[in-house]
Amino acid sequence: MAVRAVLEWLNSCSGCEIAILNIGEALIPLVSEHLDIVHAPILMDHKCLGQCGEGSEIEIPEADIGIVSGGVANTEHLEVLLAMREKCRLLIALGTCATHGGIPALMNGQGLGEGIKGVFATSGTDPCSVPDVGVPAALDRVYACDEKVRIDLFLPGCPPNPALIAEVLTAVAQGRDPVQPGKSVCDTCQVLREGKGAVSKVRRFLVNADYNAEEPVQRMRCLLEQGFMCMGPVTAAGCAAAGLPPSCIRVGVPCRGCFGPVRRDGNQMLDMMNALASNGIDFKSVVDRRSLLRFSGAHGLLRQIRTRPVRERG
Amino acid sequence: MGKVIQISPITRIEGHAKIAIHLDDRGDVRDTFLHITSLRGFEKFVEGRPAEEIPRIVTRICGICPWMHHLAASKAVDAAFGVTPPPAGSLLREICQLLAHISDKILHFFFLAAPDFVLGPDADYSVRNVMGIVKAAPDLAARIVKMRQLGQMMLERFAGRAIHPVAGVVGGFSRPMLEQERQELLRDAGTLLDFSCYALDFAKDTVFAKYMDVFQEMGTITTGFLGTVDRTSGALRLYDGRQRLMKADGSCTNFEGDSYTDHIGEHVEAWSFGKMPYAKSWQEGFSLDPAAPAGIYRANTLARINVCDGISTPRAQAALEEFRMAFGRPAQQTILYHYARLIELIYVCERVMELLQRPEVTDTRIRAEAGPKAGRGVGIVEAPRGTLIHDYTTDRNGCITKANLIVGTTHNIAPMHMSVKQAATSLIRGGVYDQGILNRIEMAVRAYDP
Repeated sequence: MAVRAVLEWLNSCSGCEIAILNIGEALIPLVSEHLDIVHAPILMDHKCLGQCGEGSEIEIPEADIGIVSGGVANTEHLEVLLAMREKCRLLIALGTCATHGGIPALMNGQGLGEGIKGVFATSGTDPCSVPDVGVPAALDRVYACDEKVRIDLFLPGCPPNPALIAEVLTAVAQGRDPVQPGKSVCDTCQVLREGKGAVSKVRRFLVNADYNAEEPVQRMRCLLEQGFMCMGPVTAAGCAAAGLPPSCIRVGVPCRGCFGPVRRDGNQMLDMMNALASNGIDFKSVVDRRSLLRFSGAHGLLRQIRTRPVRERG
Repeated sequence: MGKVIQISPITRIEGHAKIAIHLDDRGDVRDTFLHITSLRGFEKFVEGRPAEEIPRIVTRICGICPWMHHLAASKAVDAAFGVTPPPAGSLLREICQLLAHISDKILHFFFLAAPDFVLGPDADYSVRNVMGIVKAAPDLAARIVKMRQLGQMMLERFAGRAIHPVAGVVGGFSRPMLEQERQELLRDAGTLLDFSCYALDFAKDTVFAKYMDVFQEMGTITTGFLGTVDRTSGALRLYDGRQRLMKADGSCTNFEGDSYTDHIGEHVEAWSFGKMPYAKSWQEGFSLDPAAPAGIYRANTLARINVCDGISTPRAQAALEEFRMAFGRPAQQTILYHYARLIELIYVCERVMELLQRPEVTDTRIRAEAGPKAGRGVGIVEAPRGTLIHDYTTDRNGCITKANLIVGTTHNIAPMHMSVKQAATSLIRGGVYDQGILNRIEMAVRAYDP
């Protein structure tokens, strides 16, 4: 029997939903035999406020599994997420925004409210105040989904890997535990490593890596050993297509951590600083260290820098 | 106070929005609102980041068109750092942009919009979707799934990632194209060109003839148009060229991208997080009144097809000539966005084949060395949803101090709001409406592919 599924997206870009579509031809039997999708705004017309638009509270149908992408940044996201939790037996956080805040949680570095004010005060924008009619109010910061509700399964990635999504959906339909990677990007990277090199500082990515595209990637020297900042050591594996190197490194571009930390509660910035220091590399050579948390700034990791010290009362 | 009908959320679109239709005591439409409910704040949180990282951050503005943001940002950072990519670097970027347009157009027309046409606007909501097409027309479904996937896999094979790409870099591209890859891409692009010609024929038979009336009943809005054209020939361009702003009467102004603020202003209404760009240079202000719009222009496929003097590839040019013969220039009916989208699909397939046959495409000089410096750069590409503008200012460390982004879809927020108002006012009278009518109002939004 088909498994009832609902999909929702919160503070997201729809890349996760495109990753689902990128399962490709295997998606046809999945949606026609194994999954009965009863709510998914990007694909179908089930409405949250009734089909004739007269409801007053967000309504999500009962389902065996719920798949939610995006973090939580406003009151509407929170309402939808709570409704999902209430109605779904198994709730899956899909993509790094849902699991760790993702790129939009960079906003936590300057404060969500302040940032939004700034958006409406750019020089090209006609004078205005922040819209507040019929649009949801912002929360105090961008949250990962598990900061607000219990999440049963985490499937990070920006975007998540279509093959892993297919594995999770198939496993759930078959009632077994899905197989998920538990290693780091480095652990799964086939590039040539020669051990500790002569690198004392990391470089910005302003020239291409030294490699010959005609040769297999196994002949390319590790990008970190070439002196480029590469977050492979502190990033969860999973981006690579079957049998291939990690997706960025395959095209000669260093990793920036889009699958989030290797251990779910890890801190990619601190872990990377440690990784650099233990290899004798000066971590101060990293420009904009806080952006090492660019994919995982939720869970209170990326905070607003106070420009003035807070004076204690008394 | 009469009642309020909430279409929440608008479905089968690629973002977060809802429609509120306010009725008066007689049940006629008093007012409508297109609320854009999502706001993430990219313009602010890119501040302080090293500029060369921006092309791989702003991709997350849109997971459907990440290549567009990736490349507009790459071009903007090139300009801020004062570096020009070698010819092959630019060529590889454009090829990727075209491939991304292919999957995007197939996605929008067949996966998101077509259920209204194949299954009908009044079909039950539970089947009026791509899963419904899988059941009702399995052969068509298998073909569209395969073709969209082919476009995505061409990108993934060559550039590592189809979604949230990284291969475009300041100064050019991160890897060269190998001869074998070139041949494989050329073969697959040929398959997609055949499909694109089929897609236009399919739509002419099953959509335009049948649904012109449905759209006609909803009323037409009359606006100007914005797009990008070749600097010398005035032909349709997607990766580079200059911008052309056309008034509703067909008269045009051309401008270079870095002067966009002289021509485009951004207006904000209290009921939408989406800023509404308008034609500041027309000096008529901003009004959303469908009967007397001011400053309103549209972007995206219909706009590009209207503003261009022609298309440089033969099959798309033939389709354009037929289109103009039937609908004139500029064509205003919103349903024609779909038609224009399919003409563009033919163009991007033909164009990618043309570029893949240029000898310099496999050149290994693909990236010029860039150094961080203070500057400002504007990068513009035509995204599927409209003219995409990225504008960055950097400090002497090459980090971002200021950013302004005008995202393709936002050009159409004001026109979509007007189309919704037109459609709702025409279709809802005396408090009588049903799911089919509400879906027709959404169809007016869907045509814009927001």
